[in-house]
Amino acid sequence: MIDIRDLVKNYPPKKVLDGISLTIETGEIFSIMGPSGTGKSTFLKCLIGLNRPDSGEIFLDGRNIAGNLSEKELQEIRKKMGYLFQEGALFDSLCVWENVAFGLKYLTGIAPEKYFDVACEKLKMVGLEKSEYLKISELSGGMKKRVALARAIAPGPSYLLYDEPTTGLDPITGEMVAKLIKEMSEKLKVTSVIVTHDVKLAMEISDKIAFFQGGKIIEIGSPQKIKNSANTVVREFLENCSCQAGDS
Amino acid sequence: MIAVIGEKLLALAKKLGQTYYMTASALAWIFLAPLEKKEIVKQTVRIGVQSLSVTSLTSLFTGMVLALQSGYTSKSLFNEPLYVGSVVGFSLVKELGPVLTAIVVAGRAGAAVTAEIGTMRVTEQIDALYTLGTNPSSYLVIPRYFAFMIALPVLTVFSDFIGILGGFMVSSVKLSVASSVYFDDIFNYMEVKNFMHGFIKSFFFAFIIATVSCYKGLYAQGGAQGVGKATTESVVSSMVLILAIDYFVSALLVAVGIS
Repeated sequence: MIDIRDLVKNYPPKKVLDGISLTIETGEIFSIMGPSGTGKSTFLKCLIGLNRPDSGEIFLDGRNIAGNLSEKELQEIRKKMGYLFQEGALFDSLCVWENVAFGLKYLTGIAPEKYFDVACEKLKMVGLEKSEYLKISELSGGMKKRVALARAIAPGPSYLLYDEPTTGLDPITGEMVAKLIKEMSEKLKVTSVIVTHDVKLAMEISDKIAFFQGGKIIEIGSPQKIKNSANTVVREFLENCSCQAGDS
Repeated sequence: MIAVIGEKLLALAKKLGQTYYMTASALAWIFLAPLEKKEIVKQTVRIGVQSLSVTSLTSLFTGMVLALQSGYTSKSLFNEPLYVGSVVGFSLVKELGPVLTAIVVAGRAGAAVTAEIGTMRVTEQIDALYTLGTNPSSYLVIPRYFAFMIALPVLTVFSDFIGILGGFMVSSVKLSVASSVYFDDIFNYMEVKNFMHGFIKSFFFAFIIATVSCYKGLYAQGGAQGVGKATTESVVSSMVLILAIDYFVSALLVAVGIS
């Protein structure tokens, strides 16, 4: 479980996160939506220690990880988390299987001779068999996202954090990634936190959605509750995004 | 006016602080995590191979022009090309070999390192390293420090050798100096400490190039344009620092008797 209390992060003069409090239950798919620049990605990076909040608390399985932690303590926390970056952030100098196996060295106790097998197994899970030796430059956008997902799940995390998992993908590939997220959540019993603009994705797969605006949560609840929200910002956002999805 | 100066000074202090932090962190990670030996070998080979042809050409022509200039100057003064080997040997081994090699390596390999790490920064690959339990100091910075520290001294020795050969070619073809005379001029007057003077300096230059190129890459901002800017700054800063540090290290080495 992730319990967040009064989280604040400033990039002066802007207050990016302004007292965020929420709880993400174990096994849940929790989506965070909202317009650009409202602190969604900053929030996600605070969860994995890439950004340090100015104040507030983040309890991960009962332990506060928002304070000043040492590199070793952060590493222990990161063992529990997988992170899917918006553009994949795959290492160009390594081939596909080396990318997938990268986290195994420091985050797991798996023997080096088994790295390749583990990488192949994870690639199979995301539907990328026989692509082990491909270069990153040879992959399409959708394949990159799937390799990045395989890399994120390889060390066996309990939490998966997704930063805009369907951005830049065509609707069919986006749909496939959405299916994968749902599958990963069910098969691996992980807790998923998704930052997204993709209303369709959030509505289809989330158990709960929080809507961010100006660094604050202005609406939180089930997809149905968000859909029926009386908040004008939420309604406008959903209507605009639905129109755009309809256009495309 | 005062506000502008203050801002510039603060920015400089911030950059120095970041450089110190990066270097100290890299040193600490040498002991905190196992060395990435594969990465060290890969980077050393890359930096060495990338720079070999261009440093060889630079030193070849430097040796040739030194022989030509010193030969014709002494010919006009004494009617004979005197001490061509000594002039070429001393100039190359003590000064031009290490300095020119370092400048070329900064332009070739240093720029490549900044561009690579900078691209990793702006495409979130550095953040990805953290999430995968790997500190960038351990995986990116330390191997490049080792690589520059190994490759640059080797390239410097190679450059010295090629430059002396270049000088020999010109002195024998253009100045008609006998090969025995040319090489006697070098071996009779040159001592091991003269060679060590340049060799030791190459380690300082390697440290500068590694520090500047890694720092500029790690703190690159703002997409492709930012990476381009960081790369240019990396080359310019490395060159200026190499020339400035060259004086102080030379003075230090002379003071301790390695001249």
